[in-house]
Amino acid sequence: MKKTFEFKTKTIVATAIGAALFTLLMLYVKIPTGIPETDVQTCYGVGSFFAAMFGPIAGFLIGFIGHAISDATYGAPWWSWVVSSAIALFITGLSYSKLKVDEGRFNFKDCLIFNVFQILGNVVAWVICAPVLDILIYKEPANLVFTQGAVAALWDAISMGVIGSILLFLYSKTRSGKGTLSKE
Amino acid sequence: MKAKLFDYIERDNFVFNLSGVTKLICFLLLSFGVMLSFDARVILGIMILSFIVLHISEIKFKQVRIMMYYVMGFLVINFFLTFLFSPHYGEEIYGTSHVLFRITDHYYVTSEQLLYQFTKMLKYAAVIPLGMMFIFTTNPSEFAASLNRIGVGYKAAFAVSLTLRYFPDMIRDYTDISLAQQARGLDLSRKEKLGTRLKNMMNIFVPLIFSSLDRVEVVSNAMDLRGFGKKKKRTWYAARPMSRNDYLSLAFCLLIFLGSLAMTLFVNHSRFWNPFI
Repeated sequence: MKKTFEFKTKTIVATAIGAALFTLLMLYVKIPTGIPETDVQTCYGVGSFFAAMFGPIAGFLIGFIGHAISDATYGAPWWSWVVSSAIALFITGLSYSKLKVDEGRFNFKDCLIFNVFQILGNVVAWVICAPVLDILIYKEPANLVFTQGAVAALWDAISMGVIGSILLFLYSKTRSGKGTLSKE
Repeated sequence: MKAKLFDYIERDNFVFNLSGVTKLICFLLLSFGVMLSFDARVILGIMILSFIVLHISEIKFKQVRIMMYYVMGFLVINFFLTFLFSPHYGEEIYGTSHVLFRITDHYYVTSEQLLYQFTKMLKYAAVIPLGMMFIFTTNPSEFAASLNRIGVGYKAAFAVSLTLRYFPDMIRDYTDISLAQQARGLDLSRKEKLGTRLKNMMNIFVPLIFSSLDRVEVVSNAMDLRGFGKKKKRTWYAARPMSRNDYLSLAFCLLIFLGSLAMTLFVNHSRFWNPFI
């Protein structure tokens, strides 16, 4: 049985590798949608895959470290959004104990569970947490940050829903589950 | 695509010789000092200080040029978006209205709005040299030690250190896979439709991520075999002892931070400096 909040050596390493990937994708791999300043951030899709594979703590740290480092490359982290990235991936990671991807199972129901957590995470992070912190810390005007938050929630949910689900599905195909050997 | 991130080059001057802990705490103190204050005078003071420190640390403009342009672009966009979405936010904050000129009935420029927006720009301009200085003068291995010293659990600090260690490897893997797939005819440029591009992107992600998962196995096994995480504490090879200059810098930054807080609490009585009343 998988515990939701375990923190093994493997979780630490997965966090580190995940955060390095997150930084890389956030800096260099975006898919422009045609609307200025709104890109589909592929890093959230990959981040959600790692969160679902290694749990909420890994997710939280991947979001926090990855976003902080990629922000730091141009000077100063925008803390409110760094924290929100971490929260989005933390909530996505809560699906970890309910999934059995590393045993080769990712059926329709698992996909649904993953996406429910993922959408919940994005809404909490981008529609509630990021704008509220922006207003409290940076005194940004409310309607600007809530619009930005809603747009971010939508695109990140799409990124996680598409890239995350596909990666989980493909990975589950490479794993063989318990009792799958049959006698000839 | 080259790993420009944390390209640390050792130098011998005041800033480089400070220990990583000092630099981290000073960076946090000063940036929180700026973050909490909306007083243009305080921020201007910290900004001048941070440019002086940037000069002392002998960082070349060449190293930070791209970042500077990027940040300037971001600031300009944020400036216009703020005005577009809430042209009256300044009046709301300062409670007065000095109209400079009108564009339409809804969009008119007030001195309050200008002060708010320029203060916001100053805030960024003040923190960025500090951030750059911190990134370019801190040895990445020492950074994890510093994080642990200020109270971050050593496992999380180790994750940060591993992230910095594997980032260049990830860039190399990504470039290799991406070039190999492009050589096979995968188009990632704007010429392709969004759906096809997403599909082509997946053809890069799958090998990239599956190879990283293998790497996770190898590295975590190696760490387990060396007994990582068995004890509550650990020591750091790269940690540097504190010197007199470290304590002086810490005291100085703490003073500035408290000064910024004092301005907010006792002089302005709010987070904003209001010259309009």
